[in-house]
Amino acid sequence: MSLTLDNYQPAVDLIWKEVINIVEPSQAVDIKNASFAYQQKKVLKDVNLSVPRGDFATIVGPNGGGKTTLLKLLLGLLKPNSGTIKIFGKPPEKNRYKIGYMPQYSHLDMQFPVTVMDVALMGRLGKRRWDRYSTLDRDAASAALGEVKMDTFKKTHFNALSGGQKQRVLIARALCSEPELLLLDEPTSNIDQESEKDLYNILKRLNQRMTILLVSHDLGFTSQVVKSVICVNRQVVIHPTTTIDGTMIKDIYGGDLKMIRHDHRCCEMGHIHD
Amino acid sequence: MGLLASISFGIIGTYVVTKRISYLAGAISHSAFGGIGAALYLNRTFGLSWLDPMMGAVASALAAAIITGLVSIYAREREDTVIGAIWSVGMAAGLIFIDLTPGYFEISSFLFGDILLISSKDIIMVLVLDAFIVTSTLLFYNRLLAVCFDDEFATLRGINAHGYYIFLLCLTALTIVLLVRIVGIVMVIALLTLPAAVAGKFTTRMWKMMLLSIFFCMAFNTAGLGLAFFQGLSSGPSIIIIAGLTYLVVISLQKFKEMVKKG
Repeated sequence: MSLTLDNYQPAVDLIWKEVINIVEPSQAVDIKNASFAYQQKKVLKDVNLSVPRGDFATIVGPNGGGKTTLLKLLLGLLKPNSGTIKIFGKPPEKNRYKIGYMPQYSHLDMQFPVTVMDVALMGRLGKRRWDRYSTLDRDAASAALGEVKMDTFKKTHFNALSGGQKQRVLIARALCSEPELLLLDEPTSNIDQESEKDLYNILKRLNQRMTILLVSHDLGFTSQVVKSVICVNRQVVIHPTTTIDGTMIKDIYGGDLKMIRHDHRCCEMGHIHD
Repeated sequence: MGLLASISFGIIGTYVVTKRISYLAGAISHSAFGGIGAALYLNRTFGLSWLDPMMGAVASALAAAIITGLVSIYAREREDTVIGAIWSVGMAAGLIFIDLTPGYFEISSFLFGDILLISSKDIIMVLVLDAFIVTSTLLFYNRLLAVCFDDEFATLRGINAHGYYIFLLCLTALTIVLLVRIVGIVMVIALLTLPAAVAGKFTTRMWKMMLLSIFFCMAFNTAGLGLAFFQGLSSGPSIIIIAGLTYLVVISLQKFKEMVKKG
């Protein structure tokens, strides 16, 4: 095909876009045709997903549908059997310092002898060659704890905190390394409504400077703050939050379900069911 | 000897308790018996007079540490089976080797320990081990802490968590082999974990727990030896009984305190 005046400009734009994408990738997450199986069991099939910089996306889906697997693929803890996964244009293990990760606290040993500050400082480990923490590290950890309003608990035993406080400390630990992408695994499980609200306020503020991806099984609540929803059940589908409706949920969960409204916009008398 | 060894035991015991690998440590200690048997057999049958039973113990304990470490990293669902197998096969191999070896051996000193048989060479070995473990802990304290607390997160921060884990297991293996001299293979786990378990009840930081468990380990050793000496009992079991009773008392008191608090 020869370049005529008509198609010349779009071609240049396309090339230019490609160049910019290499230098400063606009996609925080870019997955192409990735599949993953544990031995024989296919967990994720032909995943195509891109999450732009600055997005606040929540990953939802039934248990066993592959949410955790997707998260581990994004972290580079698992490798896809086929396809590619890029975080800011590079394989996840090459860009680990740009990723902050908050695991579920339930897998941690609660008797472990660490203080809140000890836990937060762990987020600074990757930044140094030597094992000792510097004043800079301590300042960064304090600042991160301040950000989640836990800086008054520095010397408290991690075990003595409530569920919501533990989650916040783990977020601080993820923040200490100044990530550009924050991944959270079920931050809303095991905490009460009030802490959940605080948590989302913190995340909303953090979202102004970083991309946030969180795994949740609670679809209704998250839709108030998040910008897009990634549905995972063997396959992966991304929706902007405005298009959430019954058909989408039916697609993902299979079968006919009644949707429960969490938006609290109905009148005090309750809404009328049809 | 007991006091010197307490330094290593207190530190490694703290790691074993907090990382919850006392079962792994048990397998390592029992597999050391396989090495002891093999060394005795090679020594007598092939005239390798330089081959000390303790060298065999070190070799087989290190091998067991690396195998159990790799198994627990890569095959999580079958971990306990493999560890159980190493545990008893190590023991069985030791007994078979001793059967094959001409002459009679007093194996009970390996199984249950005998502090009176300790030589000046052993003391030098303990000093070397203490120096090695203290240095390693000082050099890698924060990394080991992160690996023990949350190995997945440590990996994501660019730390070779698997490497540090295997390293920790090897340190555990070396400590256990030295500990065998005092309380024997069967009771090693108690002396490794009980001081740390007691210390864990009083502190909220890893390094304080280490210092405190060194102290408790020294106290248990001294009290146990005292009891053994004045009552004419075996030294190993006396130490373990005192450690066990202290642990029991500490947990009971703690439960009691909680109940009083609640009213």
